[in-house]
Amino acid sequence: MSDGQAITLRRTALYDQHLALGGRMVPFAGWEMPIQYKGIVEEHHAVRQRVGVFDVSHMGRLEVTGPQAASFLRGLVTYDVAGLEAGKGHYALVCQEDGGILDDVFVFRLADERFLMVVNSASADKIHDWIRQHLHSSLQVTVEDRQAQTVMVALQGPDAQRYLARLVPSLAEGLGRQRSAEVSLAGVTVFFSRTGYTGEDGVEIILPSAAGIILWRWFVEHGVQPCGLGARDSLRLEAALPLYGNDIDATTNPFEAGLGWVLTLDDGADFIGRGALLRIREAGVQRHLACLKAQERGVMRAGYPVSHSGRQVGELTSGGFSPTLGVSIGMVYLPTELAGVDTELDVDIRGKPLRTQVVKRPFYKRPKSS
Amino acid sequence: MPSPSDRRYTKEHEWVRVEDDLGTVGITDYAQDQLGDLVYLDLPSSGTQVKQLDKLGEIESVKAVSDLYSPVSGELVEVNQEVVDRPELVNQSPYGQGWLVRLRLADPAEVDGLLTAEQYDELIAQAQET
Repeated sequence: MSDGQAITLRRTALYDQHLALGGRMVPFAGWEMPIQYKGIVEEHHAVRQRVGVFDVSHMGRLEVTGPQAASFLRGLVTYDVAGLEAGKGHYALVCQEDGGILDDVFVFRLADERFLMVVNSASADKIHDWIRQHLHSSLQVTVEDRQAQTVMVALQGPDAQRYLARLVPSLAEGLGRQRSAEVSLAGVTVFFSRTGYTGEDGVEIILPSAAGIILWRWFVEHGVQPCGLGARDSLRLEAALPLYGNDIDATTNPFEAGLGWVLTLDDGADFIGRGALLRIREAGVQRHLACLKAQERGVMRAGYPVSHSGRQVGELTSGGFSPTLGVSIGMVYLPTELAGVDTELDVDIRGKPLRTQVVKRPFYKRPKSS
Repeated sequence: MPSPSDRRYTKEHEWVRVEDDLGTVGITDYAQDQLGDLVYLDLPSSGTQVKQLDKLGEIESVKAVSDLYSPVSGELVEVNQEVVDRPELVNQSPYGQGWLVRLRLADPAEVDGLLTAEQYDELIAQAQET
């Protein structure tokens, strides 16, 4: 590189733990993160069948407090977060004025005047700037970055609630879906939410870094499989959860991405992008994010061209091998007339066509617990 | 673990074990470890003629796809159908059950130009240092 510029990758507080576990470290959104420990497929299955733990400390964590925190956030995101009761959270989008997606986030209401917003690592600075830009000094709102002092881990899989009950007896009855709780454990405040990015049941936990290292070790010593970014990606793709920067970005709108359910448009409350989104809803969209499943061997990946009857109709926004289904899967924006289930499409794999079919979203849905 | 000394290696991490005029070809333990879980192998059919260091096929893991090069020139006489059906065999046994193809050698002298096990081990020791 010129000018002697060096790219310094950031490390989470769990970096040494990853090395000790044989984690293979890779650069990701400016961070040095483990892509795998034992192997992506094994880690993937551990989460589907038992339980795995991910270091997600690279995710941005902003605490928004003050008498006007609720109304400020309501004006920033697409979902009616001001209507959340304390202890509940919801997935939401930050849109720009034209309805394009700036980030997908999770907003938790910790208390009446206190919110936590979890944002993508690659978007953290952008969202922080966006907030500063829209935060008028007259508003009684404080925004604090909670990332540096804390660790965030995701415990995911059918056994996750059992581990949670062992760890926090007061939560033994279970944490309701999308519920969150702040619990004092050995003198430190620990945030739990029943959320995740794998399509499995699970909890995400935020706590001070030193305590986070102890918690991570406890999980690993008690049989929880440490999982890296590789399994995180294959798990979220099977669940057809969009990846910001791949499946959604500023050039895509929530309707075509299948995220209409994340919009609260009819409560009268204004938010950035609402006018454009109302117009898009009225006009309808011309393309939809569709799920493709390979009908033969071969692996489709992000960026590969997709064609119908010999004519290119799109490019994959995500793609990979599904360990659960044993075949390759991917997502692509398709013109509405081609986005219906069973449509047959070819993915161009370095010059060779791979036969695929549009399938119902998501690829994988966890079995209903009894 | 040192690489098996009963075969020769390429810098691209393939191996060939020669018996008479037949060469069995596979990828090294280092290669399968670097690639991670293999999920798809695209190998040519029997009868295909290849030249030394020509592209022989593609080998694809959960993470990425990479090209496979032929360590020797010759005619492809057998494809290991078992690994085509179960690519994870290459991860489990890169030097045994996970072999990929057999070739009838066009020029057995080519083998002498390939790396010995010792030379190959030195190469990957260097790769791991950097």
